[in-house]
Amino acid sequence: MKRFGLASAALLAACLLSGASHAAGAIKVGVVMPYSGQFADLAKQMDNGIKIYMQQHGDKVADKTIEIIRKDVGGIDPPTAKRLAQELVVRDQVDILAGWLLTPNAIAGCSVSAEAKKFMVIMNAATSIITDKSPYCTRTSFTLPMITMALGQWAAKQGIKNDYTMTADYAPGHDAEEGFIDGFKEAGGEIVGSVRMAVKNPDFSAYVQRAKDLNPQSIFVFIPGGSQPAAFGKALAERGMSAQAIKVLGTQELADDAAIKSMGNDAVGIITAGNYNYNYDSAMNKEFVAAYRSISGDENPDFGAVGGYDGMHLIYTALRKTDGKTDAQELIAAAKGMKWESPRGPMMIDPTTRDVVQTIYISKVEDRGGKHLNAVIDSIPDVHDPVHAGQMK
Amino acid sequence: MPVTAQMGLEPVGYLKAQTRWGAAETLFWLATPLPFYFLPAYLQLASQIAITALFALSLDLIVGYAGIVSLGHAAFFGTGAYAAGLFSKFVWGEPLTGLIVGAMVSSLVGYATSFIIARFRHLALIMLTLGFGLLLGAAANSASWLTGGSDGLQGVNIWPLLGRFNWDVYGYTAYGYSLVVLFVLFLFARRLIHSPFGLALRGIRENFLRMPAIGAPSRAHIRTAYTISAAMAGVAGALIAQTTQTVALDSLGFERSAEILIMVVLGGAGRLYGGLIGALVFMIARDQFSGIEPEHWYFWIGVLLVAVVVFLPNGILGGLSRFVAHWRAK
Repeated sequence: MKRFGLASAALLAACLLSGASHAAGAIKVGVVMPYSGQFADLAKQMDNGIKIYMQQHGDKVADKTIEIIRKDVGGIDPPTAKRLAQELVVRDQVDILAGWLLTPNAIAGCSVSAEAKKFMVIMNAATSIITDKSPYCTRTSFTLPMITMALGQWAAKQGIKNDYTMTADYAPGHDAEEGFIDGFKEAGGEIVGSVRMAVKNPDFSAYVQRAKDLNPQSIFVFIPGGSQPAAFGKALAERGMSAQAIKVLGTQELADDAAIKSMGNDAVGIITAGNYNYNYDSAMNKEFVAAYRSISGDENPDFGAVGGYDGMHLIYTALRKTDGKTDAQELIAAAKGMKWESPRGPMMIDPTTRDVVQTIYISKVEDRGGKHLNAVIDSIPDVHDPVHAGQMK
Repeated sequence: MPVTAQMGLEPVGYLKAQTRWGAAETLFWLATPLPFYFLPAYLQLASQIAITALFALSLDLIVGYAGIVSLGHAAFFGTGAYAAGLFSKFVWGEPLTGLIVGAMVSSLVGYATSFIIARFRHLALIMLTLGFGLLLGAAANSASWLTGGSDGLQGVNIWPLLGRFNWDVYGYTAYGYSLVVLFVLFLFARRLIHSPFGLALRGIRENFLRMPAIGAPSRAHIRTAYTISAAMAGVAGALIAQTTQTVALDSLGFERSAEILIMVVLGGAGRLYGGLIGALVFMIARDQFSGIEPEHWYFWIGVLLVAVVVFLPNGILGGLSRFVAHWRAK
C-alpha cells in the first residue's frame, strides 16, 4: 500500500502542476507522431488535418486557448513514444494526448494515458486492441478489420464466389487477412488460398503466378503503401492479371493518389474499401478538400487528414461539453456516443467500446478520358469494429 | 617505442597508473544523480540516456578496443529486450532476475556467433554483423506469435523494483535503476580494459597476426570480448524493456545499430567514456532539436556529426584530450 501512496502522491503533484497551467487559460494538447522518417508523409496528412480544423474553428474553446505541442517519435519506437508521452505530461503538462500514427507507439502511449489519467485521441493507429489499453482512450480513424471485413462481405454479395488473399506478412497484414476472410466466408464466399508475402522488398511475380494458377474470380491484396503498389500492379500486368482481367480488391492505400500515379493504367479497375475518399460528394468534404489543397500545395487529403481533423473536432466538442474542464473521466464521458458529420460522412463514437463507427466506402479506379479517378461506387453505413463487436476471434 | 618505456614504468606500474581515478572521472559520476534534484521532468530522458550509454559502452568494447566494427549490435540489445520482456510475461516480473535472463540469452547468442566473427576482419565483419542483425530482425517479425511482430510485444509486466519502487510517470525509479546498473557495469568494463586481457585486446586491434606470436590467442580473446559485449548490450536491452514495459521490432533494427555506432564515434571510440559522452550528446541534441523542429531535426544532427568528424576526428573526447595536452604543453 505504501508504494500505492507514493504513486498517488506523485499523481497528485502532477495534477496540481497541471492545475497551474489551467489558470493561464490554455488547454495543451500533446501530439506524438513520426514527423520524420518513412512515415512522415502520413504524419503530415494528419498534422494538416489538425491545422485545417483549427483554421476553420479558431483556437478558442470554452474561453480557453488550445495549444498544440508536437513531438517527433521518428518511427516505430514504443520506448521513445512512451517517454515522449510521459514528458508531455510531466514536463509540458499537457491535458490531452493526441496523434498516434503507429500501433506499437499508440499502445505505449495508452499506458501513460491510463496511468496519468489523460484523455487520449488516436487519430490513425488501426489495430483494434489499442483502445482497450486505457479507459480514457478513443479513436477517430478506423480499424483494419472494420474495413476488410466490410469489403469481404460486400465482395461476396456482389456475386464473387471465390477469392485468393495476398497479404504482407506482418501484424497489420494478418489483421487485414483475417477480417477479409471472415467477412467473405460469412457472406457465402470461398477462399481458394492465402499467401503471406515478405513485408520488405518482395518480388511479387512468384506470388502473382501462384494466384493465376488457382484462377480465382478475385484477389484480395494488402501491402504497405509507398513503392509496393506500383511493383504489384506491374507484376499483375506482366502476367495478364491486371485489374481489368480479374477483380483486384484492396484497402484504401492501394488506390491513393501516389499508388494510382505510379501504377498508371494498371490501376484502372482496382476496387478498394476505406473510411475516406476525397471524391466523396458532400459540401463539407468539398470545402475540406479545397482547404487541404490550399495548405499542402495541391495535394489531396487521405484518411490521415480526416483522422486528424475529426480528432480535433472530438476534442473541441468534448471540451465544450465539459465547459473547458480537462478531467479525463469527464472528457471520455462526453466523447462516448458523440455523433457528427465529418468530411468523410456521418460518424460516431461507440458509447461502450469508445471506438469509431462510420460508413465504409467502396471505390473503383476509373479511366475518365485519360485521367484516373478513384470513384465511390458503393457505401456501407454504420460499420463497427468487428473485433470489439465480438464478430471476430 | 613501447608505451611503458615512454611512461618510464614497468607494465604493472603502467596498468596501475591507468586504473587510478582522475578528478574529471570522479566529477562525472558525482554529477549523475543531479537530475533527481534539478531536472525531475527530464528523468525519463536521463534514464534512456543511461541505458543508451550502457549500450554504447558495450559496443565500444569491441569496436574501440578489439577492433571489431559491428553494424548489427542491436541484435544483442533486442535479444536482451525480448528475453526480459518475454520472461516477465511468461515466468515472473521481478526486474533483477529479468536483467540476468536478458544478459544470459544475449551472451549465448553472442557466444554462438563469435565463432564466425573471430574468423574475419574489417569490411567482412561489417557485412557479417549487418547480415546477422537483419536475420534476427526477420526472424522476430515472422515469429509474431511469440514477439507480437510489428505490433510490439504485448503483456510485458514488470513488478516494482525490489518490491518497493513503482515505475512512476516521472521516472525516478527508471533513472535510479538504469544509473546503478550502468555504474556497476561501467566499473566492470573499466577493470576489464585495464587488465592484461584489455591490453591484449588493444594489441589485437593494432596487429591481429602478431599477438599470437607473443602468447595472446587472438581468436579466443575476440570470442571472449564479443560474448561479454553481447551480454552488456543484452542488459541494456533488458533495461529499456523493463523501464518502458514495451518491446518492439525496432530494438533489433539496423537503425539502432547504426545510431549506436554513430554515438561511439561521436564520443570517441576506444576511450571508455567515449560511448557515454556520445550517447549523452546525441540524445540531448536529438531531444532539443526535435522539440524545436519536429520535421527537420535530422538535418541538425547531420550538421553536428559532420562538424564533429571534421574538427574532432577522434570524437569529442579525442578532441578534448588533444586540447588538454596542448594546453599543458604551454
